[in-house]
Amino acid sequence: MPRRAAPPLPWLAPGVVVGGLLPAGVLLLDALTGALGANPVQRATLQTGLLALTLLILSLACTPLRRLTGWTWPARIRKALGLLAFGYAALHFLIYLFDHAFTPGVVLEDVVKRPFVTVGFAALLLLLPLALTSTRDAVRRLGFPKWQRLHQLVYVAASLGVLHYWWGVKKDHTPPLVAVLVVAFLFALRLIRRRRPRPRP
Amino acid sequence: LAQARRPLGPYDTSEAVTPYAQATTYNNFYEFGTGKDDPARLAGSLKPRPWTVLIDGEVKKPVRVDIDTLQSWFPLEDRIYRMRCVEGWSMVMPWLGFPLAALLRRIEPNSKAKYVQFTALHDPKQFPGQRGNVLDWPYVEGLRLDEALHPLTFMAVGLQGRVLPGQNGAPLRLVVPWKYGFKSIKSVVRITLTQKQPRTTWALAAPDEYGFYANVNPAVPHPRWSQATERRIGELRRRPTLPFNGYAEQVAHLYKGMDLRRFF
Repeated sequence: MPRRAAPPLPWLAPGVVVGGLLPAGVLLLDALTGALGANPVQRATLQTGLLALTLLILSLACTPLRRLTGWTWPARIRKALGLLAFGYAALHFLIYLFDHAFTPGVVLEDVVKRPFVTVGFAALLLLLPLALTSTRDAVRRLGFPKWQRLHQLVYVAASLGVLHYWWGVKKDHTPPLVAVLVVAFLFALRLIRRRRPRPRP
Repeated sequence: LAQARRPLGPYDTSEAVTPYAQATTYNNFYEFGTGKDDPARLAGSLKPRPWTVLIDGEVKKPVRVDIDTLQSWFPLEDRIYRMRCVEGWSMVMPWLGFPLAALLRRIEPNSKAKYVQFTALHDPKQFPGQRGNVLDWPYVEGLRLDEALHPLTFMAVGLQGRVLPGQNGAPLRLVVPWKYGFKSIKSVVRITLTQKQPRTTWALAAPDEYGFYANVNPAVPHPRWSQATERRIGELRRRPTLPFNGYAEQVAHLYKGMDLRRFF
């Protein structure tokens, strides 16, 4: 399979990091200037949750995109997108904790009793080991096959994240439906790829 | 119109009133859209005049009446009520209007009347949210007759000394302060006295989450969140939610002997 020569694009990875952090900056600025509306805590919770899921989906799109197009640059921004997704998921959880006054009993009850919270919390927990093993050093220590197996948890995390989004919507499931379809499409691309014998370069 | 100082009535609260800007820009009114800012943004398409209200069903004096005539039947009263949304936020709203009981006394329910059903306007031209089927339109709500006759139960035509804005349910809305906000149906065009319990919109849309009674109850959680606390709009920290939204003394007797976990 002929491959296009990879352009250097040295600015790409830092650009993704800066661009990915920009919404957090805007959110902070809006919070400080009172521009988050009548219920700022709720708004911040929704926005960080949506950002986490979007970035996670973008990180899942990197590999299929690289395989379909032959471009190599998606592989180089995958880590940044994944880490940003984890960052926003953690912030989302932190705001939720603040919302419940960091009361362990209340949070525990939510996590144990309410599936909507359980799946969101589980998704965050699953992303944690992935974020911790995102360094080159961790890949070396674990060995690539083991590292790769571990990072397949991202499929579970994304599925739980989408389910959390679906259950979080009171009515009008159009936006979560879009997320479901995109994630299903990305999964399908991978399954199709796996069935076919891989062409040798 | 300036808010005149007046002595607080027996049902008023002295808690800080939610600023008008917030009470009119953070609304659930799916007839305009599911976003909190959709109602304020799109309310211009609602024409609250001319407006007719049909009052019928199990009544001795059914009537189809213009909103201005209806309003002129009663001396308008101020009420400052807490409003608790099922989503876990609350406001303090100074309404202007008349008790529903006054209207019911005038049209005289007959002996078969057990419930009151309210129907909101169904007109996709005025309500862009009704062009989709997010809910089963028109929006329908209902009360047991004794709930409807309770002196707290109110029909509002104004808010904070102004005519009720479209996003808050112009020109006529129900206000039942001890129940979650979705019971307080907006832009009412029909009030029907019935023998059977009305099939209400949210109870049909998600029967495991929203019941017919929908009394504010910190002890009965929503399947997806606790109802033990709420955020008063304008405050950062949550506060405890009170049984019957703080009106237990006035209304708890209506539900004596009922299992409020079952009839949520």
